[in-house]
Amino acid sequence: MAMTRKQRRTTLIVSALAVLGAAVGLVLYALEDTIVFFYTPSEVAEKKVQVGQRFRLGGLVADGSVDRGSGTVVSFTVTDKDKSLPVRFDGILPDLFREGQGVVAEGKMTAAGTFEADTVLAKHDENYMPREVADALKKKGVWQHGEKKE
Amino acid sequence: MISEFGHFALILALTCAILQTVLPLYGAYRNDGAYMRVAEPAAVMQFAMTGLAFAALTHAFIVSDFSIKLVYANSHSAKPMIYKISGVWGNHEGSMLLWIMTLALFGACVAAFGANLPRDLRARVIGVQGLIGVAFLLFIILTSNPFERLDPAPFEGRGLNPILQDPALALHPPLLYIGYVGLSVAFSFAVAALLSGRVDAAWARWVRPWTLAAWMFLTAGIAMGSWWAYYELGWGGWWFWDPVENASFMPWLVATALLHSAIVVERRGALKIWTVLLSIIAFSLSLLGTFLVRSGVLTSVHSFASDPERGVFILLILCLTIGGALTLFAWRAPSLKAGGLFAPISRETSLVVNNLLLSTSCIAVLTGTLYPLVLEAITGAKISVGPPYFNLTFGIIMMPLLLLVPFGPMLSWKRGDAYAASQRLFVAAILGFLAVLVTWYVMYGGPVLAAFGIGVGVWLIAGALSELAWRAKVQDRNFKLAWQRFKGLPRSAFGTTLAHAGLGIAVLGIVGVTAWKAEVVAVMKPGDTQQVAGRTVKYLGEAPRTGPNYRDIVGRFEISRTGGPVTNTVEATKRVYFPSRQPTSEVAIRTYWSGDLYVVMGDEVGDGRTVRVYFNPLIPFIWLGTFIMFIGGLVSLSDRRYRVGAPKRAAPKPAEA
Repeated sequence: MAMTRKQRRTTLIVSALAVLGAAVGLVLYALEDTIVFFYTPSEVAEKKVQVGQRFRLGGLVADGSVDRGSGTVVSFTVTDKDKSLPVRFDGILPDLFREGQGVVAEGKMTAAGTFEADTVLAKHDENYMPREVADALKKKGVWQHGEKKE
Repeated sequence: MISEFGHFALILALTCAILQTVLPLYGAYRNDGAYMRVAEPAAVMQFAMTGLAFAALTHAFIVSDFSIKLVYANSHSAKPMIYKISGVWGNHEGSMLLWIMTLALFGACVAAFGANLPRDLRARVIGVQGLIGVAFLLFIILTSNPFERLDPAPFEGRGLNPILQDPALALHPPLLYIGYVGLSVAFSFAVAALLSGRVDAAWARWVRPWTLAAWMFLTAGIAMGSWWAYYELGWGGWWFWDPVENASFMPWLVATALLHSAIVVERRGALKIWTVLLSIIAFSLSLLGTFLVRSGVLTSVHSFASDPERGVFILLILCLTIGGALTLFAWRAPSLKAGGLFAPISRETSLVVNNLLLSTSCIAVLTGTLYPLVLEAITGAKISVGPPYFNLTFGIIMMPLLLLVPFGPMLSWKRGDAYAASQRLFVAAILGFLAVLVTWYVMYGGPVLAAFGIGVGVWLIAGALSELAWRAKVQDRNFKLAWQRFKGLPRSAFGTTLAHAGLGIAVLGIVGVTAWKAEVVAVMKPGDTQQVAGRTVKYLGEAPRTGPNYRDIVGRFEISRTGGPVTNTVEATKRVYFPSRQPTSEVAIRTYWSGDLYVVMGDEVGDGRTVRVYFNPLIPFIWLGTFIMFIGGLVSLSDRRYRVGAPKRAAPKPAEA
């Protein structure tokens, strides 16, 4: 029972490493399983995203596309000025949701080719453009860094 | 004029910080008292100068001096006074100034209250504190000057972002910064210890209260931020595992670990090297948090427009601090003497397990936070790591920790008795088990894991109280004597109990809202009703109203138990601020013991309105629990031993196992 200092330290280190190893395994497993990719409408078309796969869709809300209907379901179109994708969302849109502004929605594609969103991300500030959206639009030359809408 | 004075004060503060770094560190190296004695006045002066700069900026905000660019961009003359003042730190430049002032304050505190520290240790601690000050003062002076002028001065400002105009958010950044920056003291102590090659009980006794204070403010700051997100964002959630939230949560996890490992250093002289490393990591994570929030490298629901160039500067500070400290650690740590031995079952081991699990959970959170950045840098793929990842990894790692918490204080130092500890916790275990059964019965058909979670919460609370009961020897059934003993217990014992019980209460809240949240979204016309979780919400209609710098559309709702009389009327609003015309929603919350009824107004649809009604079971317990944890820290901090401070070995310690 009586262990030497060295043995005790070794036991401690080995058990610590075991816990750490288990945690690393857990982290890797979770990363494999739970991450969500970000696509623009063009990428959705290119990558042929499968029906039912969760991802984040980013782009601009197309002008004149928002249809609030008569119930809680809102539909609108997300565009990167090249390709567009119709989106359906059941719920309350963020306060800063506007036509012509950047948006990020999370959800999945339906067999009908619409994007069924369960979350529409808000921004906190009028001039802020979600970074992925800004990058994607910059690539297409539609939007420049520092451009502000007053 | 006052603003130029403020700018000048900042430059003087930089000079003080340079003196505060160079002379005392050199003095400590040469063992020259004259140089070392520069430390205290320099630290106090640095604080005075940053304080003056901060006062000058606050003055500019109060009098709405729009010739200052920062005031123009973030304030408005029609804003209520409290938000004019909180506007000082509601932006990048001002919040960095607050950061640096807090840093200087902690340096000045070490100078003022450190009379009983060994002279060379005090000089080194203050010197290292000064070095951090130099880095951040350079940052603020070179990249983020808060006193920049505009010519010609505009007549009116652009207003503070409306969602920041809120009492909780006025307090959130200062609290969080005191927490973040408070960890710099532990960091400075660690670096000073490495420089001097000495870590002993006196060192740990000094590090503990500072870490405890930082931890308390981090706890309060995080809780306040979460509460704000809950009632201001209107999503019904309280924690989103958002990168910016994680940025404050990671230092908290490590500070919690540090708090516990410093006890082992103080009492038993063991875990020295680990504790020094944790001190370095804790502050490094604070810096990482500052970097993540300020640089805009992360996409976050909390992101505000930010400037990448500044990010590079903070990244540089981050790399130099972490790199420098870790290099010093690798070089000097082997010279620290190993401390006392302990058996596999002992208080020490329980604290090691605590540290192991807390740091592991921090690694999991760190991985999830940084993985999207790394992946994008390598492959260009853009991903997000969301709540499912964190709930899975963090949840699983926390579970054993929560179960083991009550055992720790029941084990004695050096060699503990697991069987005896279990006996002492018998009542708590029974209560926890009963809670599982009752929950499972009442919520029949609900998630089994949730019943288990409630059991864990009760186990934590009952376990924490059992510790006090056992220390007062209630089991001897001489209650009068037990009461005497109870009154004589050291405050730190009450602190531990409060903190652990608070954790249990927060767990109840977290489990409740996660497992049994109920939600309805509907288009409601005046007179319509909706039912959620046994309560009926009736929409009465809406009316306009004007505030100091906003216009509201106020929706009124009647709440009753389904079938019962009306108990309350609440108001949820759609608000538009001017001059920005930015819209926000103010939710209606009615708090019951069983949870919150939460009503959000949406957009107009035809002649009705989209309305979202949530019932968030037990959610107030989250903030009640964190508040009790904060109080626990406060009670512990007021313990006599901290006030006496110095390493007086002799005094007998009553009621200490």
